[in-house]
Amino acid sequence: MYLVKYSIKRLLMLIPVILGITLVLYFVMSLAPGNPAQQILGANASDEQLAALEMEMGLDQPIIVQYANYILRALRLDFGTSWINGNDVLTTFMSKLPNTLLVALVATLWAIAFGIPMGIYSAVRQYSLFDYGSMVVAMLLFSLPAFWLGILSQILFCVVLRWLPATGIGGWQHLVLPALILGANTLAAMIRMSRTSMLDVLKQDYIRTARAKGASRRGAILKHAVGNSLIPVITQIGISFAGCIGGAVVTETVFTIPGIGAMLINAVKARDIPVVMGSVIFIAIIVGVINLIVDLICAKVDPRIDLAA
Amino acid sequence: MGNQNRQDSLERSTWQLIVFRFSKNRLAMLGVIVLGLMILAILLAPLYMPYDEMIRQNVFNKLHPPSAQHPLGTDELGRDLLARVMYGGRISLFGGIATITIAFVAGCMIGGIAGYFGGKVDTVLMRIIDMLMAIPPVLMAMAILTALGNGLFNLIISLAISQIPRFARVVRSSVLTLRGLEYVDAARCYGCSSFKIILRHILPNGIGPIVVAATLTLGQIILSISSMGFLGLGVAPPTPEWGTIISENKLNLRYCPYLGIAPGICICLVVMAVNFIGDGLRDAFDPKTKN
Repeated sequence: MYLVKYSIKRLLMLIPVILGITLVLYFVMSLAPGNPAQQILGANASDEQLAALEMEMGLDQPIIVQYANYILRALRLDFGTSWINGNDVLTTFMSKLPNTLLVALVATLWAIAFGIPMGIYSAVRQYSLFDYGSMVVAMLLFSLPAFWLGILSQILFCVVLRWLPATGIGGWQHLVLPALILGANTLAAMIRMSRTSMLDVLKQDYIRTARAKGASRRGAILKHAVGNSLIPVITQIGISFAGCIGGAVVTETVFTIPGIGAMLINAVKARDIPVVMGSVIFIAIIVGVINLIVDLICAKVDPRIDLAA
Repeated sequence: MGNQNRQDSLERSTWQLIVFRFSKNRLAMLGVIVLGLMILAILLAPLYMPYDEMIRQNVFNKLHPPSAQHPLGTDELGRDLLARVMYGGRISLFGGIATITIAFVAGCMIGGIAGYFGGKVDTVLMRIIDMLMAIPPVLMAMAILTALGNGLFNLIISLAISQIPRFARVVRSSVLTLRGLEYVDAARCYGCSSFKIILRHILPNGIGPIVVAATLTLGQIILSISSMGFLGLGVAPPTPEWGTIISENKLNLRYCPYLGIAPGICICLVVMAVNFIGDGLRDAFDPKTKN
């Protein structure tokens, strides 16, 4: 029961955060040079047309009134329409979100599946060839630009070898490269995080106790060390997943996936402020929910964490 | 006077110890060498590579594979790729350093004030910081860039703002641990102003984690600048920047892969060197964390 209470409290705490973000963004955006009405109507618009649209959009009112109106409309889930194509911001975002989430999810899953075992094995065999090897892999993946990796692998696997489709969405084949590239950074983080954490745990007294009581090294590691070493890794998974949503901007552009990353890039280029504002708010909510889920999982796994306190 | 000398020698030996530990770290030294060579090559580019080479178009000489005359080949407009990569490094590398400097100074100010004064000031500043941290930095930078408009200067500003929350947090926690120490109390008893205490007593002692965070973030910022360049935000063509160079040669990469290899390797080398230095600094400042 207290978990439900805690979750509701956390979600309610998102409200001031969202209000704050929108306030900051709204004022930054209002500083933007250029007249939005002019931007929508184009250079040939007459003064009357401009004035009419400004009135319709409320641009003739003080900025604080504009902001209040924006929030009031947002409470009714009306985040405005795009200045470029007039589509509803929320509907467009929701129609593109599944594509982004799917790639981010597959990316995170494969990074977890390979990264955590690699990190744990590196720690168990510290200073071995495998340890050095996986550290080099992690270092490389941290330093390689995702767009470069994306383009090169696209040329190799899609154009030269013709193993996989180069762009778009569809079957699982379309997912392979974007998910691999998007997950590269998470993989590096997983390897490093689980290795460091496992090294920490292996030094703990309870591991020595387990060994003293006659557990084999393998038994002590599998039964006592692995589980405990995963707690900081879970937090990292949450951070990395949020990072994947940001990283989607690059992979979705390279692989032409119709997701929120590609949408955001186009909106930023066209200075389509309602779309950028709305997307940032929705992403902040998604990240907030992810963090909440991570904290709930951590509390479930580690009884020392008391959420009620 | 004698006390002053002792203080100096103690201080120097701490820093000497850090330098000593850092110089013993082979990967970190490799990072210093690679980064140093890279900076030299970029700064000295005008000496061995006239600026004209970078912008001079020559359609008769387009998509030329690497040769003695053009060590990295030429792009589809016949421009020398080595020249473009070297001049492009100015933006990718020094733009990153500029970004970090801005974020560093602003983060130190906000975090320092919040940590030192505590109370309501701390609460208000940290709530704002928490709020800003709810958005992934890339998205935050893009949102600010939307308002400011494209361009290198605006890109640097928006990336810097997106990093300020993280710096402020590191600085604040550093200041919080130092604030309660005896020598800060002593300085206050001496009548030092708050400003002087922060600048002279707290910052020098708490600078370690901040410098480490700055170095490790620098790598990510260099990646961000080139990613933004690749996506068409920030630097506008024909100005070269490592990400922009890859983007403008995108269509020719299949038959002329050399056009994409060099700028990509440059990004990777610089970022890796910076990360090695950051790891080395972390171990040198705090040997306990080494594993």
